[in-house]
Amino acid sequence: MYGNSKDDVLKALAAARWRVAGALTVAMLVTYLGFILLVAFNRPLMGRQLIPGLSIGIVLGAVTILVAWVLTGIYILWANRKYDHVLDELRR
Amino acid sequence: MNPSTAGSQLGQPNTTAIVFFLLFVGITLAITYWAARRTKTTSEFFAAGGNISAVQNGFALAGDFMSAASFLGIAGLVATSGFDGLIYSVGWLVGWPVVTFLIAEPLRNLGKYTFADAVAYRLKQTPVRLSAAVGTLTVVIFYLIAQMVGAGNLIHLLFGLSYEMAVIIVGAVMILYVLFGGMIATTWVQIVKAVLLLGGASALAVAVLWKFGMNPAALFSEAARMYGPEVLAPGKLVANPLETISLGVALMFGTAGLPHILMRFYTVPDAKAARTSVFYATGLIGFFYLVTFVLGFGAAVLVGRQGITAVDKGGNMAAPMLAEVVGGTGFLGFISAVSFATILAVVAGLTLSGAAALSHDLWSHVVRKGHAPESEQLKVARLASLLLGVLAVILGVVFKGQNVAFMVGLAFAIAASANFPALLLSMLWKGFTTRGAVASMLTGAFSAVLLIFLSPTVQVELLGNASAPFPLKNPGLVTIPLSFLVGWVVSLLSPEDEASRRFAEVQHRMHVGALLPPPVVTPPGPAGSVPPGIPEAPRKV
Repeated sequence: MYGNSKDDVLKALAAARWRVAGALTVAMLVTYLGFILLVAFNRPLMGRQLIPGLSIGIVLGAVTILVAWVLTGIYILWANRKYDHVLDELRR
Repeated sequence: MNPSTAGSQLGQPNTTAIVFFLLFVGITLAITYWAARRTKTTSEFFAAGGNISAVQNGFALAGDFMSAASFLGIAGLVATSGFDGLIYSVGWLVGWPVVTFLIAEPLRNLGKYTFADAVAYRLKQTPVRLSAAVGTLTVVIFYLIAQMVGAGNLIHLLFGLSYEMAVIIVGAVMILYVLFGGMIATTWVQIVKAVLLLGGASALAVAVLWKFGMNPAALFSEAARMYGPEVLAPGKLVANPLETISLGVALMFGTAGLPHILMRFYTVPDAKAARTSVFYATGLIGFFYLVTFVLGFGAAVLVGRQGITAVDKGGNMAAPMLAEVVGGTGFLGFISAVSFATILAVVAGLTLSGAAALSHDLWSHVVRKGHAPESEQLKVARLASLLLGVLAVILGVVFKGQNVAFMVGLAFAIAASANFPALLLSMLWKGFTTRGAVASMLTGAFSAVLLIFLSPTVQVELLGNASAPFPLKNPGLVTIPLSFLVGWVVSLLSPEDEASRRFAEVQHRMHVGALLPPPVVTPPGPAGSVPPGIPEAPRKV
């Protein structure tokens, strides 16, 4: 059987995972809701063109998609480096 | 350029389309034959034996999500209303990071074949699995109807086949994939289709951008010149902000509750692969939606809005028509065949997840209380696939001509309200109880169905009433919080000692996986067998 110390490490790890996951989820929600709220309430701003053809709305839409991918990437990096590392220790 | 449709081959039997389609069906049936010989256990049937790699699963996940509706639908929406299409693309994508952060790994570690495994882990099996199956089957059936009706219309327009014939072909080929090849075949069909769809859409986008010096901004500004600068800004779709937010929430959390998506996390060997596969899927889907956006504007400029809406009021033919304009009949044929293949693959994935709920959750755990032998489970799973396939064809014919958009909305809203809250609460909250889970899942499913019935989509558009009792087309904004709230309150009212006592075990397993629970002696099972330590029946503590 494993002792208390391993249990504590796991508890801390679980808490850390939910913290990171929660923070990233909130970041995604804020980005997305920010985009949606601008779409819903500031049509003129979204229609302004940075260069001919490229409106702020299109840029922000593409940025939101990019943010989704980058946030996922950040999580994967964190999980692969930190989280899996501690898990491997635990499994020993 | 010739923005007229007079010479279009659309709706004519197109030799290239037929050849490409037969080639696709031939190759995928060969895969099914190969897979059938390796599908001997329930683990192989439902989860491809857990042998799919993260990259492969990333493509398969993307394939499950990039339905013909999102490819042709978004391109059409952008072609006819400009910027508004992008709102859908973004909404459909942002659910994926949430799936990665909150669901993918714990789900993989806790479960075996269906998301109900994870919810029911420390709760009473029978009531939880019954209610989870209600949610799953409702989502699957509505999604299947939407796909089948969409398939019939599309193929009628693309190939000139009759509606009923198209539905029967889709149903028959899909049954062959699932019945004989199970998850192994379904996954590979999905991968082949994802590659074809991504390749076809990208080639089409390059052909379009080529005409604009490879500069998307030049394409957009040409669209703005032709149709006015408002095509680059939010339009009539967002007349009601609350509506936009409600749809957005349902799309975001719906992804984390779609049974055929959740089931894919069991096809990979471990939690790490599950996590990585969503990263690939997010990248592929994001790229695909951006490409689709270019196609929509390309179609508006090169084909012309009038031509597109003349063929199909919904604009669904924008992408195929664009293919014909930039690449001739051959390219039209290729894109048509890929669209057909896409529908086949998506309905196969859906059917399999419905069959898993029927066989694994209902038959094995509720009827047989976990004592069904392997061969019997497999028999029931195959029978369930056959029944669902036949049902899909019948429903497809019965619902001919119906508005399918509300069915997709319904499927997402039910998935987000019935499945996602219970799944998250069971992972996060020690105090979650059997009654709480049942109440949350049933409330989510029934309130979503009820509010959609009372919504303008059904009351005004379908039934022709002057107004609707419930103002929003998509009920997500109300039903998702309601499902969380009911799950929480009912759990507080019905404390369950065993469920909270076993939370530590859930925590442990959710993070560490099945491998750790102390020195378990792992019997060297045959390759592809179920990992040791996964409980078949509820464990006594």
